[in-house]
Amino acid sequence: MSFLEVKSVNKGFGPAHARSEILGNINLSIEEGEFVAIVGYSGTGKTTLMSLLAGLLKPDTGTITLGGEPIGEPGPDRGIVFQNYSLLPWLTVYENIALAVDQVFGDWSAEKRREHVERHIAMVNLTPARNKVPRELSGGMRQRVSVARTLAMNPKILLLDEPLGALDALTRATLQDEIARIWESEKKTVVLITNDPDEGIYLADRIIPLTPGPRATLGPSIPIPLPRPRDRTAINHDPAFKAIRTRVLEFLLGFQEMRKTTLSKNLLLPDLVPEDLTQRGGPGLFTARRRPVRRGELKREEIVIRT
Amino acid sequence: MSSYLEISKITKTYATPKGPAVIVKDFDLKIAKGEFVSLIGHSGCGKSTVLSMVAGLNDVTEGGIVLAGKELAGPGPDRGVVFQSPCLLPWLTAFENVMLGVDQAFWTADKAERAAIAEYYLTVVGLGDSMHKRPHELSQGMRQRVGIARAFALSPKMLLLDEPFGMLDSLTRVELHGVLLELWRRNQITALMVTHDVDEAIFLSDRVVCMTDGPAAEVGEIIHVPFPRPRDRKALMEDPEYYRIREQLIDFLEHRAHERPSQAARAHPSALATATA
Repeated sequence: MSFLEVKSVNKGFGPAHARSEILGNINLSIEEGEFVAIVGYSGTGKTTLMSLLAGLLKPDTGTITLGGEPIGEPGPDRGIVFQNYSLLPWLTVYENIALAVDQVFGDWSAEKRREHVERHIAMVNLTPARNKVPRELSGGMRQRVSVARTLAMNPKILLLDEPLGALDALTRATLQDEIARIWESEKKTVVLITNDPDEGIYLADRIIPLTPGPRATLGPSIPIPLPRPRDRTAINHDPAFKAIRTRVLEFLLGFQEMRKTTLSKNLLLPDLVPEDLTQRGGPGLFTARRRPVRRGELKREEIVIRT
Repeated sequence: MSSYLEISKITKTYATPKGPAVIVKDFDLKIAKGEFVSLIGHSGCGKSTVLSMVAGLNDVTEGGIVLAGKELAGPGPDRGVVFQSPCLLPWLTAFENVMLGVDQAFWTADKAERAAIAEYYLTVVGLGDSMHKRPHELSQGMRQRVGIARAFALSPKMLLLDEPFGMLDSLTRVELHGVLLELWRRNQITALMVTHDVDEAIFLSDRVVCMTDGPAAEVGEIIHVPFPRPRDRKALMEDPEYYRIREQLIDFLEHRAHERPSQAARAHPSALATATA
């Protein structure tokens, strides 16, 4: 039996007559120490799946077990990093992390807890900012605090729910490298949910596309046999990387047709030229209403034939 | 190549208590009619400042901008702008939001024809059956579609895009790239887009203009993207040329964005002078 085992899970919301089925027949098994990425369109149930793994929601049918035990309530054995950093705004970086550590490791000595917090601040390279409050930090730094806080609880499994979604592309790249580095040293089991296929392939051992809902389900699990540590520039040229990327995108874009709203209508674009608004005083009471200029009239050529 | 938009040596400075802050210095760029050009650079380097100066939303301190043979002064409907967040009026439907500009730019046309314009563009961007919804009933991606339809509906001479897909997830982004390219192809419009997504810049543009880091940002390198159109994303991703361009751009952003080509050029003659002396 795998470390994390999800068996034929279904989840829907709403009363019987107006029910929307979000997830249908989800099966997933993850080994200890594995890094798995789940990638899909927004609004397809990625976060619902994450909430089920975290224990924030219960499946309608099916079972989820972690290390052989069924998942009940949310607990410190499953650490979650959300897209919005969820930090307490009046506490400093150190205090935000200490809050979690004191809660989970209340039986440790004060000295040991302090050391543990400092070690995790250093792990995400925030030691110079340890006494700052969230509003003094950039988005990328806030997400680092959130990652450090989650890791400090020493969870059995790390659940990352689009952790870098709100960051710009360049900050995202830096944080991806940091996540890869931390994973290398800690060897935790990680489930990453993302809408960026590149991010998933760069970080994970396996990538699994989630089909668009309703009744979203997991597609084929695609192994990523690229050696680690991975070099962002070098993997660009790796044919294996390109093949995986194409396979993931093809699978997801294959559903695009399904998502399109079909509407056939005879549309005719009027052949008009916009008015030069700098030239008029506006369609006032006394301005004579002009005829609109048509493009066809502009294209008319005059040909003079000399006889 | 005759240029349609001509940005000549524009400089932007803001007065601060510590003296003038130079954001953009001697920015020079010529864009041909029908060309799609992207501006790429690190956050805060002044990309958006350049774009807003072309849009006429921000005054130019020095230098000038000429569009279709006319010097620009202030904003106008001849330049359609798509912002990062679409800035729709929340109490109007998608259709009414688009009509707001159409009613002005086509004030001489009758009401039925004006409505046909808005309907046409909203349908082309994929909102055929939700054009009478208000912004809060639309997803982020759908709102951005309205923003694109609104810009195109005025038949502008030039399209200006300020990180139009920055807030969208990458799958929605791929869909909207298709929408934008389809409209761009139909209208043969000249476009200038600000982005910091390398793949987006390559896939959409004819040329990518890399800006150096601010303050006093300028044009660093210009990279031509030679792929024929219409482009197929899948085929592009298998093309080694794509990865060569991609690496060149990433290399610029990571290693060369802080270098200043103009200062290097200025330093060169003096170095020569000391050598001869």
